Amino acid sequence: MADRTAGRAAGRAAGPVLTGTLAMYGLLAWTWIRAAAQYPVSMVLLALTTAAVTGLDAAAILLLFAHAPRIAGFAAPEVLFLYGTSALAFGISDIVLGTTERLGYHVRQGTLDAMLVRPVSPLVQIATEEFSPRRFGKLVPAVLVLAYALAEAGVDWTPGRVAMVPAMVVSGTAIFGGLWVLAGAVQFVLIDSHGASKSVTYGGAFLTQYPMTMFARDFVRGVTFVVPLAFVNWQPALYVLDRPDPLGLPGAARFASPAVAVLVCALGAAAWRAGLRHYRSTGS
Amino acid sequence: MPVAMIEAEDVVKSFTVRARSGGLRRTRRAVRAVDGVSFTVEPGEFVGYLGPNGAGKSTTIKMLTGILTASSGTLRVCGLDPSRRRTVLARRLGVVFGQRTTLWWDLPLRDSLALARRLYRVEAAAHRARLAELTALLELAPFLDTPVRQLSLGQRMRGDLAAALLHDPELLVLDEPTIGLDVVSKATVRDFLARVNTERGTTILLTTHDLGDIERLCRRVMIIDRGRLAFDGGLDALRRTVDADRLLVVELARPGPPIVLDGIEAERVEGPRQWLRLPRSANAAAVIAELARVHDVRDIALRESGIEEVLAGLYRGDHAYWCSGRPVAP
Repeated sequence: MADRTAGRAAGRAAGPVLTGTLAMYGLLAWTWIRAAAQYPVSMVLLALTTAAVTGLDAAAILLLFAHAPRIAGFAAPEVLFLYGTSALAFGISDIVLGTTERLGYHVRQGTLDAMLVRPVSPLVQIATEEFSPRRFGKLVPAVLVLAYALAEAGVDWTPGRVAMVPAMVVSGTAIFGGLWVLAGAVQFVLIDSHGASKSVTYGGAFLTQYPMTMFARDFVRGVTFVVPLAFVNWQPALYVLDRPDPLGLPGAARFASPAVAVLVCALGAAAWRAGLRHYRSTGS
Repeated sequence: MPVAMIEAEDVVKSFTVRARSGGLRRTRRAVRAVDGVSFTVEPGEFVGYLGPNGAGKSTTIKMLTGILTASSGTLRVCGLDPSRRRTVLARRLGVVFGQRTTLWWDLPLRDSLALARRLYRVEAAAHRARLAELTALLELAPFLDTPVRQLSLGQRMRGDLAAALLHDPELLVLDEPTIGLDVVSKATVRDFLARVNTERGTTILLTTHDLGDIERLCRRVMIIDRGRLAFDGGLDALRRTVDADRLLVVELARPGPPIVLDGIEAERVEGPRQWLRLPRSANAAAVIAELARVHDVRDIALRESGIEEVLAGLYRGDHAYWCSGRPVAP
């Protein structure tokens, strides 16, 4: 009886579930920020360190491309456009979901159990863990490089191309986000796969920061279809930069990023649910 | 109609254990951590759930709270299937793991309690009233504004109990809540739990290795051993089992044949030392006097088996353990 009533209530609440999840994310992230603020000196030092490291990162990129003005037929600003959009998408996804790769740790420590007895999604609890405004520092070089690239790439701006830039960043963020969750979910099964999941996410971020033609054609084909990272920015960037596709994919592929993002997120969510089910049946 | 708080029927949890057996070959073996456990807990009960390490206590608790899914059998907590309705159930449960705090380490205790209100979606007015009540009962006021990392273990446990009870759960599940606490903190926690149970009517299921917890709090005791319930009954019934098995250890001047006295025969002889089991009806004083009159007795020890020994015996699957195996100090 109580079961049925609760079931109806849950059914009615299906709409606000997303807003509820976002509110819970914000609440927990804010709590972590306040916890970090209990150590002001450490917070300032870490922020400075992040600023220094990311500043060096941006400087290194600019230095690198100053000496190699053309990579695989792409001019430096075009390469920097690829780098900037990818790094921005990856950075945002890292801020929002990067800590999900700690799942294996929580399973080993048994802290996941404590998360499971709370009425909040364990994914939200892990993703917000140690949330700090410092994480936003990772976006600085990406934003700088992207701003420079947009100014210098000599794009023939049409409304479609203007709209494509935010669309590709949002889609890219969602694709990386789905991959973070997927990588976390894999750890439910392979508890010691921490290293393996890093190569999916960080390796993926590296791959998208350089023109695909640098890499072997078969490999790119595999990446396009197997790991849809090419849709993070490569395909839409071809549209923005008005370049032909070296693989000769149909023109529609340039606009497929949002669809790919939805697909990857659905895959990540399904894998997470399956992983959690696996954990709850095996206890490890 | 009141629904049972917990209904477990033939609940099984088996795990697959993989062991490397030379080279790359691996053998798989199914281990039944919980092997067909059935029990019912009615609203308002205070149940102690005991068992040696690895007996299946934690696995049972994890199934009750929806962390783990049972391999077979049916389980209902607050009328819900915990594995399917984990988050709905979470709002109606209070869970405290004694070895692990859910409080925010770097923030004042007050903040963790405020966050609990948001997580469990408690109305502000109800929360205020409940917080005031818990603050008074658990004497939290002196350290409400202290960061949790600076609290003593006892204070932290009181904070954890408050956090687990702020949403007024129907069932409170405690996993070793008094572990590591000093005598005074233990007493505070026990008094509090007793009040929550009697005054609020909150059903409490508690696992512990502390026999003081059981004697002070639990009217009913369930003992799990190797995945099966070895005992389920009142504390009084457990005590009666204890009383039936008093043991007299007699040390004679020299080794001799087994003593026979008023129909009591020595169960065990080891040199000059003999073990006599006293039936419940026996008068220990009379038996000792008779022994001293008839035999040349050096020393006598009457071993009042406490709950501890009954448990030790049950845990070892050998009910007569303390009568046979272990040498008793004279």
